[in-house]
Amino acid sequence: MLANITSSPAKDRAEARPESTRGGVFFTPRVDIVETDGELTLFAEVPGVKPDDVDLRYEKGELLLHARVQPRGERSVVLLQEYDEGDFFRAFTIHESIDSGRITAECKNGMLTVHLPKVEAVRPRQIAVRGE
Amino acid sequence: MTASRWQTFSPVWNQLHQFQDEMNRLFDRWGNGNPLAGAARFPALNVWEEGEEVWVEAELPGLNLKDLEIYVSGGNQLTVKGERKPNLPDNGVWHRQERAFGAFARTLSLPFPVDADKVDARLENGVLRIRLNKHESARPRKIAVKAE
Repeated sequence: MLANITSSPAKDRAEARPESTRGGVFFTPRVDIVETDGELTLFAEVPGVKPDDVDLRYEKGELLLHARVQPRGERSVVLLQEYDEGDFFRAFTIHESIDSGRITAECKNGMLTVHLPKVEAVRPRQIAVRGE
Repeated sequence: MTASRWQTFSPVWNQLHQFQDEMNRLFDRWGNGNPLAGAARFPALNVWEEGEEVWVEAELPGLNLKDLEIYVSGGNQLTVKGERKPNLPDNGVWHRQERAFGAFARTLSLPFPVDADKVDARLENGVLRIRLNKHESARPRKIAVKAE
């Protein structure tokens, strides 16, 4: 159903937002999560975020994503303002079948990709059937 | 196949209730459940003026500059066109799909004519920034006042 939607409205403000020492607003990044045989892959939209400004941590079965956006400076004469800028935050509860020690992530073009490999035990396995 | 996946969604990602909330919010935002009501609004734009320059900014995560078409027509019409592609790996099953994809185009009427030959666009970390120069005719002119 969502697949046919070609538009994306302005960003959502986080509902359950953590306190920020810098003040300001947190946004909830939009994510796609895809499962393949070997892993779950999470794609998060974090426009304006440099790879160094992503803080990704896994604790107690929760994946916490916090991405900082550099302040973009003063704008004297604003003609149109359709979206706000601010840091991104989102938390995910992860099932224990994820091998947390092998989680990897990369950030490029404002897209954060997180690879969550499944533990060996839950990967589908092809079982060879011998005749005779 | 995919449909049955949704049924077993919550044990892996305990966020089914959140998904429902989000669906509700999606439709609230677009007004009366009509998805087309917001279709013309992508990408969202911020526009500001700095002396002789006009800056237009949009968030386009995951896109490359070569995927975009940016041009000025009719003196003050700026158009941004492109396409967002879905990133489904081979044999993948969706657990969650919040990112939209497909072709988009947006035309903005600027409040003054701009120089169509001096358009500079940069895409950095998924943020598109376009710098335009006000056309000669739109610039303030100093008028010499002669005394006698």
